[in-house]
Order: sequence, then structure tokens, then C-alpha cells
Amino acid sequence: MAQNEKGISRRRLLGGAALAAPAVAGIALSRGGDSAVAETAPSGHVHAGHSEFPHATFAAGRQVDHARNGFHPTELLRDFDYGRTRRLAGGRVLREWEIVAQDREIEVAPGVRYEAWTYNGRVPGPTLRAREGELLRIHFVNASEHPHTMHFHGLHSSLMDGMPGIGENRGGGQVEPGESFTYEFDASPFGLHLYHCHVAPLAAHIARGLYGAFVVDPKGGRPEADELVMVMNGFDTNFDRSNEVYAVNTVGFHYVEEPIAVGRDELVRIYLVNVLEYDVLNSFHVHGNFFHYFPTGTSLQPSEFTDTLIQGQAQRGILELKFPYDGDYMFHAHVSEFAELGWSGFFRVGDPSRLTAAAAASMYCDLPWGKGSPA
Amino acid sequence: MEANARAERAYGGNLPAWALGLIPLALIAAAIATFALLGGPGLGDRTGPPVEEVSVERTVLHPGEIELTLRNDGPDPVEVAQVAVNDAYAPFAAEGGREIGRLGSTTLRIEYPWIEGEAYEIFVLTSAGGTVEASIPVAAETPENDAGFFGLMALLGIYVGVIPVSLGMLWLPFLRRLGSGWMGALIAFTVGLLAFLAIDAGLEGLEIAAEAPAAFGGAGLVFVGGLVAYLVLAGIDGYLSQRSREARGRGAGGTADAAYLALLVAIGIGLHNLGEGLAIGSAYASGALALGAFLVVGFAIHNTTEGLAIVAPLRDGARPSLGRLLGLGLIAGAPAILGAWIGAAAFDPSLAAFLFGVGVGAIARVIVQLSPAMRDGEGRLLYPASVAGILAGIAALYLTGLLVAV
Repeated sequence: MAQNEKGISRRRLLGGAALAAPAVAGIALSRGGDSAVAETAPSGHVHAGHSEFPHATFAAGRQVDHARNGFHPTELLRDFDYGRTRRLAGGRVLREWEIVAQDREIEVAPGVRYEAWTYNGRVPGPTLRAREGELLRIHFVNASEHPHTMHFHGLHSSLMDGMPGIGENRGGGQVEPGESFTYEFDASPFGLHLYHCHVAPLAAHIARGLYGAFVVDPKGGRPEADELVMVMNGFDTNFDRSNEVYAVNTVGFHYVEEPIAVGRDELVRIYLVNVLEYDVLNSFHVHGNFFHYFPTGTSLQPSEFTDTLIQGQAQRGILELKFPYDGDYMFHAHVSEFAELGWSGFFRVGDPSRLTAAAAASMYCDLPWGKGSPA
Repeated sequence: MEANARAERAYGGNLPAWALGLIPLALIAAAIATFALLGGPGLGDRTGPPVEEVSVERTVLHPGEIELTLRNDGPDPVEVAQVAVNDAYAPFAAEGGREIGRLGSTTLRIEYPWIEGEAYEIFVLTSAGGTVEASIPVAAETPENDAGFFGLMALLGIYVGVIPVSLGMLWLPFLRRLGSGWMGALIAFTVGLLAFLAIDAGLEGLEIAAEAPAAFGGAGLVFVGGLVAYLVLAGIDGYLSQRSREARGRGAGGTADAAYLALLVAIGIGLHNLGEGLAIGSAYASGALALGAFLVVGFAIHNTTEGLAIVAPLRDGARPSLGRLLGLGLIAGAPAILGAWIGAAAFDPSLAAFLFGVGVGAIARVIVQLSPAMRDGEGRLLYPASVAGILAGIAALYLTGLLVAV
């Protein structure tokens, strides 16, 4: 209508009369209610008729090719990268990773390709997990066509800050294409942190996908739980400095298509990091439940018991919750716009014995220092 | 001598003329084929990413559904990946397929519970991550294109075209009572009316062209349409005047010329009303137009002046038959019906821009044709009475135009 309407100058003003006319009823209204959604299976790909509009979704009949992307958001959830370890003289643990920056085209929504810049070929980058007090070495290789760094949030010296302009004379600072640098620092403080590229223009380098979660477990560990990593991000596919696609772990609406299976009455721990560029805030809300929130994960005492939280960019925190009832429970940004542009998903709560192998593995076997008991 | 003969041989010797005509064509075809087969040798690859240019040609609203017709206006194929309405992704089906080739089009049927009177911004996300934006300033249901709708459009065309023009022609007896000194001023009045219509149609055409895909010519279509109409009418005019000379011989042309001028004015106004009908039809179909009695009355008054323009040349000479007058009224008014049908059922900004251009060209030709009849005894075109007539004509349309603009 816009097209025609604009073209008809002198008649356009008459439209006002149309508005004054009594409105015609019979327009399909959104079902809208969250409860309606929670009762039924997530129906992202079921569209019975025009009046059916349970929630925003991508068009039917098309899936993201995760194999081509080289990573799968469902697998990213419980994929912690512990690196390689060895004992140094004196008994201290040295933990090492190799991280390669690579340019890679990924599919961020069904059919929508994006020229991402990645750490180890995936967005978000690997979730690096260490234990408080260890010595960490990250061997960073820049195989991208652009200069990059790894800037960690944590306690370290300026040379290890991944900050262009600092330490170039000692091989640090900005890492040019084809070059490499090894970051070395102590795992401190314990909590949930992140890393990202710090090369200017900063917004572009972050928005392209150069970020990841960085978990430092407390010496005594945390209680046994089904642990999930959620990096809230978005993609400005047309480069107008606002995002077209919002997501958790990159692919919009992925956890609507594939709900996250969790066990009833099992402790679920979510490592939630916001790296969203171009928007001031992001948020997280879960249906039918409340969670304990540990901002930045730097305290073992939760600061809040709530069902909604807000994070600015680089803010992060740990959520702990249990689902007492079976069923599908939506989680989404309570910035409704983000939710309807891809940042929505579901938990599918069932008998713990029906959990996926990955969930089971994460819950009982992943911690190399043994089920959260002090080592 | 010998040099000439050599030159003759060099330029094809005794080959027949058609072969000489075909040889360059064949060579061009061969060159193009070779160039294409070799992939444009020496040109290298494109220097940037694919260029995506897509225009939204038509927006139709049905309950629970928004229909967008997209045309690929750029050099590369474009693939539609997702669609969001007011910042929410919505399911859709692509009738012409998701991939749109160069100059191709597709229609997206988007499921969305839109609400009457609200505004909507839609973005179509392409596979390359680009966005095509469409906006709906005020949502209203688009009428169905059924028989009843076509009947309504015909009625609309009759209301705003045929009836007012015919009513305006009823001034003929009055004109014929006026003294002969009024003739020049009357023709000038008609010229003023026509000049206003030409400007109005031209601006409207350009405005619509701004929405049309650039690949089809955009604003250029208005000018092409104008040129085509002007030349075609000039050609017809040349043909008819030659025939009438042959049939009647010189000197007996007074009445025929008056009737002929009236016919030309009717044709010019008819072509203009085609564009007018098109605009009204599409505005109605898109919900931008309310068909109130006020509007119809406004158009009636506005277009009545067009009837006056047609009969002005008939002031002198033999009394025209009622049938001839009716015919003139239909020629000038009926195209509004056709325009309304086209506009409502298959609005296309490129076609509309072209048709508006046609209206402008036709009117320009008619003005050129009418002007000699405006001359006074001394052969001047512009003298106080004619200038006053032209200004009065412009003022009449401007003022009655306000009735349909408010």
C-alpha cells in the first residue's frame, strides 16, 4: 500500500475519511498468551491457518545447515573447552589452549548467510574453562585477513590485555594476519567472564563474532548440575549498525526448533553472557520458573531470586534453577523486539532418564576435577 | 576506374543486399557468443559483493495476511530468506519462488495478524543479509478483485469521467450564443485548462515513477510516454488532415476543422483521464481512498471544466449532432473506467508512469493544435483576452482541484 499510496498525491489526503469510517471487525488477532504456547509443543513450523500466530518465527520448510556452519547450537550449550593440562614444578596446573581466528561464512537464520569472523571457526568462540589459581596460556594464531586480538576479562598485566597499542614492541598488542601471540595469566578471579577481540573499529570486530565465554571455577567447585552456556548475541547482516537477527548462541529461534532437554527437578546452571553489539541492553526471562542469580559468578551466594534480568554488553552471570513440572517452558529476551527477531527458545522438561547423552555427560562427567568436590 | 572496381569488390562485390545486411548481425552474434563463452576475457571478477536492488511493487492486505510483490531491479539474482513485520519474524510463502532473477518478481504471502488503522514496517531479509523495506502507513483491507469490484470501478469511472465531462459539454448552447469576439478567449480558457492538466499529470507521473524500478526507466518513462503520445497524435493528425484535404478540397474545411479540434481535445483529455482513473483505482484498491459523496462531487465539478474545453472549438460552424457530442463525451470520459480497472486490479508503477506521460504528451499535442484558433484578428497568440482566458482556465482547475484534495 505504501507504494501506491505515495504515488497518489492529491487523493492521498482523502484517506483520512477512510479512517473516520467505522472500523471493520474480523481481523485475526494474535493469540498472544504465553500460556497457550507453553501448553502445546513449540510450533515454530506449524501454521494451520491465518488466525494461528502463536509467536514470531522464521518461515517454514527450511533449516540452518549446522554441518556447513561447523558448529551446532545444541552442542555448543554443553561444550566446555578445558584445554590441555600439565603439572608445573611445584604442583601448579598449567592449562593451555590453541585459538585460531578465522574468517568464515555462517548461516545465522535459515537461508541468511553472514561473513563472520570467528575464534576456532565457531560463533561464539569456544567456552574456555579453567579453575581458579591455575596458570593459563592461550596460543593465539591470527589466520584471518584482518588484525585481531584476544582481550580477556580478568586479572592480568597490560601486555596480556590484548589491547592494540600496548606491548607491540614485546610481540603483543595487535596481532596482524599470519602472526601469533601467547597470552599468559592466572585464572582469577573465579566467576563467569568473557573474551573478545579489541581491535578498532571495536563494534565491528565484536559484532562479526569474535567473542566467547570464559569460565573460572572456584577452587571448591560448584554443586553438581546440568550446565549450559548461553551467549546472547545478534547479527547486523546489512551493516546498518542495528541487528536483523538476535539469538542465544548465534542461530535465531534455534531452541524453538530444538528445545533444550533438561531433567525435571535437576539443578540447571546457566552461564549467561551478553555480547550483543549495537543495542544498549539485553535480557533473559524464563517462563514458569524463578532462578538464583550470581552476577559475574564471583560470589557463591546468589544476589537475587527472580525470573527476569537485564545485562549490558559484557555483563554476565550464573543462573541456577530447577524445573518442578514437565512440559515446554519458553525463555527469551524480555526486550520483546529481540525475542521476536530470533532470541527465543524453549526448555523441554522431562524425566531425567530421558535426557540426552550430552546433558548426562555434562552433568556427571565433565568436571575433570571431579563432581564439584574440592580437589 | 580500376580503384573504384577494387573498392566495389572490397565492399562485398556481387553479394545480394540482404546478405550485406545480415553479415554484421552474424558477426555481432558470434562476438557476443565468444565473449560469453570465455566469460568476458580481460574484465576480471566483480570488484565488490553482489548488488541487491529490490523494489516493492504492490502491497495487498487480507485478514491475517500481508502480500508483497517484489521486483528485482538490480544486476544480480536475489534470494528472499526471511521476512519480519514490525520487528518480528513472520512465516510466509513465496508464490514466485524465493529466488528472484534480474527483473523477475515474486509475491510473498506473509502471515501476520495486522490490525486496521495501525502502521507497519516490513523488512525482507535476503540470503546475503541485505534488507528490502516496505511500509504500510495505515493498514486497511484491500478489496477483492471480483465482478462487484469491477462494477464499482466502472461506476467510479462513470462518476468521475463520463458524467462530469458530458455535463460540461452542456455549455455548448451558451457558448454558441456568445459573440464571435469570445472565441479566442474561450480557446485560451481551454488551453489554460489543458496546461494545468499536463503539469498535474506530469508531476503525478514523476511521483509514481520514483516508486518504480529504475531498470524499467523510472522517471524516464514519463518522458518517453509523453514523446510517444505527442508523435503518434502528430502522425494521426498528418494522416487525417491529408485525407480530409483530398476528400473535400480546400476551403470547405471550417466546420470539419472545428469538429476535428474538438475530437483532438477529447482524445487528449481521454488519455489524461486514463491516468487519472488509474490513480484513483489503485488508491481505492490500496485503501488510501475513501469513496465518499464529497469526493465524487468534487471530481464532478473538477472534470466538468474538461467538458467545456471539448465544446469550446464547436462554438462556430454547424450544430453538431447529439450522437457526435455523446461520442466526444465518451472518448474523453470513458478511459477513466479503463484506468480504474487497471489501477485497481494490476497497478504497476512503471505502467502508471508511462500512462501519465502519455496523457501529458497528448495534451501538449492538443495545445499545439488548438493554439492557432486562439489568435486574434492581428494574428497574435497572447493578447489581453487570451491571457485572461488561459489564466482563468488554470484558475478554474486549480480551484476545483482543491475540492478533491481536501
